[in-house]
Amino acid sequence: MRRRDSARAGEARSGWLFVSPVVIVLGLFLVAPIVIAFWVSVSDWNGRGSPLSSSVNFVGGQNYQQLLTEDTLTRSDFATSLRNNFYYVLLVVPIQTVLALALALLLNQRRLKGLSFFRTAYYFPSVTSSVAIASVFLFLFAGGGSVNALLAIFGIDGPQWFADPRGVLHMALGAVGIGSGAQGPGPEFMTSHDFLGLTWWDWVAGPSVAMLTIIALVIWVSAGGYMLLFLAGLQNISSDVYEAASIDGATHWRTMRSITVPLLRPTLFTVLTLGLIGTWQVFDQVYVMSKGNPGKTTLTPAFLSYDQSINNGEWGTGTAMSFVLFGIIIAFTAVQSRILRDKDADGRGFLGRVRGVQLATQQSSTSTTGPTT
Amino acid sequence: MSADIAHQGPVAAPRPHGTRTAVLKALGYSALTVFALLYLFPFVIQVGTSFKTDPDATANPLNPIPSDFTTAAYQQLFQQDFALWTMNSVIVALFVTAGRVFFDSLAGYALARLRYRGRGAVTLAIVATMAVPGVVLLIPKFLIIKQLGIYDAYTGMIIPLVADAAGVFIMKNFFESVPVSLEEAAKLDGAGVFRTFWSVVLPVARPALITITIIAFQSSWNELPHFLVSRASPETSTLTTGVAGLLTGALGSGNRYPLKLAAAVLMTIPVAVMFFVFQKRIISGSLEGAVKE
Repeated sequence: MRRRDSARAGEARSGWLFVSPVVIVLGLFLVAPIVIAFWVSVSDWNGRGSPLSSSVNFVGGQNYQQLLTEDTLTRSDFATSLRNNFYYVLLVVPIQTVLALALALLLNQRRLKGLSFFRTAYYFPSVTSSVAIASVFLFLFAGGGSVNALLAIFGIDGPQWFADPRGVLHMALGAVGIGSGAQGPGPEFMTSHDFLGLTWWDWVAGPSVAMLTIIALVIWVSAGGYMLLFLAGLQNISSDVYEAASIDGATHWRTMRSITVPLLRPTLFTVLTLGLIGTWQVFDQVYVMSKGNPGKTTLTPAFLSYDQSINNGEWGTGTAMSFVLFGIIIAFTAVQSRILRDKDADGRGFLGRVRGVQLATQQSSTSTTGPTT
Repeated sequence: MSADIAHQGPVAAPRPHGTRTAVLKALGYSALTVFALLYLFPFVIQVGTSFKTDPDATANPLNPIPSDFTTAAYQQLFQQDFALWTMNSVIVALFVTAGRVFFDSLAGYALARLRYRGRGAVTLAIVATMAVPGVVLLIPKFLIIKQLGIYDAYTGMIIPLVADAAGVFIMKNFFESVPVSLEEAAKLDGAGVFRTFWSVVLPVARPALITITIIAFQSSWNELPHFLVSRASPETSTLTTGVAGLLTGALGSGNRYPLKLAAAVLMTIPVAVMFFVFQKRIISGSLEGAVKE
């Protein structure tokens, strides 16, 4: 009896000992930073000394107020970054999802052989460094780069991609007679009203030509990763279901609409959730390729928050931006899960979602990492 | 599928099905090939242009074959701090990988097998950390690294990366799939918990350990934002921060595309080699790590 008790105690001790390195590292570099950053966002710390020293004062919501209500450059920059990122999300999430699904469906055709080569090709960009990929795209989309050389073959005079701040919606609106294009002023009723220090006209600018190149890059890279999720989802669909459908005489298209897509719903949900969370955090590409230029049209909240804190020393508003961004991500995923109500994910709310995602992916993986392989 | 139907179909009319299948097949392959070109051509241009001269690169941006082949770009790279950046990247990636493999498997084992009070709470807490968007933590991480006095040093670059929640769960899932009988035999022989873990459980866990190793190496090798907030001096620059500087900074005259693309080629090689060697495992592993992105 005693021996068993001490074994129990030993197991408990080891249990805590075994998890402690991970708990300490995650606590120190994930949990503690949030607490300190939250304190900084409600303090007047100016970057000198420790933010925890007694000379730093609590200022309440002043930084948030300044960021969201005061008529400052910081506010209009933040609004600009939100606008840019919004258009970025609006384009990247649907296109990368559709492209990933298309690639997965192409790779899931049982009658084709040699598919692993294609799978490798599509997935390869996902494992390479964002800096290396950015370097390639900087060359491809340069003024005299490959893309413009390709366009020239068809007689099209390509734009100076990275130097072009024109908003594509402004250009489109100008073409139908609203406003005077991307360069000129907008219609009076839209320039005389503003929200967060940005006129209505500026809000509807659309992504700039420069932003389009970043959008193209990200879609190109991330579609391969999401393609794998869709492939795993497709392979989980039992072939019995397809056999039953073909016995019933269902056409290819009908099978796809009534079987494949509905059964892929959980995967679709995962891809959209990860896509939304990821796209609101775009940082690497902006840092490497544009630093928010030209004309602040590639500025994103993640980059602005970094720039504002590290380079401008505006720590209070910089950290406040991080928390507003955090709020936006939670709000967007909540709205999305409301719309695309997912019956398969267990648990509710943001945490439940993430947990559902985790459970979904671990099911597909244990079979491949199991001891039998 | 329709091939099967064609075989089972009425003998009188096999032809329409046969041609239809062939057409669909051809369509399938052409679509796959178009996408493959779209995915591979940028890399072909990247490698080709890195062996060009500056004027050749700008004059023929669509032609990947250099008109006069030169390794000048690569030689120039090593006149920069490229060797130093590589060394820093190697050091950081090796330590991060070793740390993650060890700590993630320890924690995964504790969460899967050991019975103790608070295990459920710890599991939930680790899941919760996966829900925090990484970029939001950039400035906060900078603050804590400064506060701890490990800024601009290997310690500050490595320690924050040595544990990751996704890796813990990959290990936990694996250990849950291993039969308990092995460990029970070891316990009866009087082996301690760590001994059992180290010499009985870990050797069986090889497949999962390889998965973790690959993910850890690849993600620390490619990491950019963490090294922007955990260090500042040129001596601690890694490949990602160094090459990013190369791309944005004005480096003398001209665009110097061959130089930039050569840097991109070299920094891609280690992960590319690993990718082709462990392809199957990377593809299954990336599905597990997907939550982190």
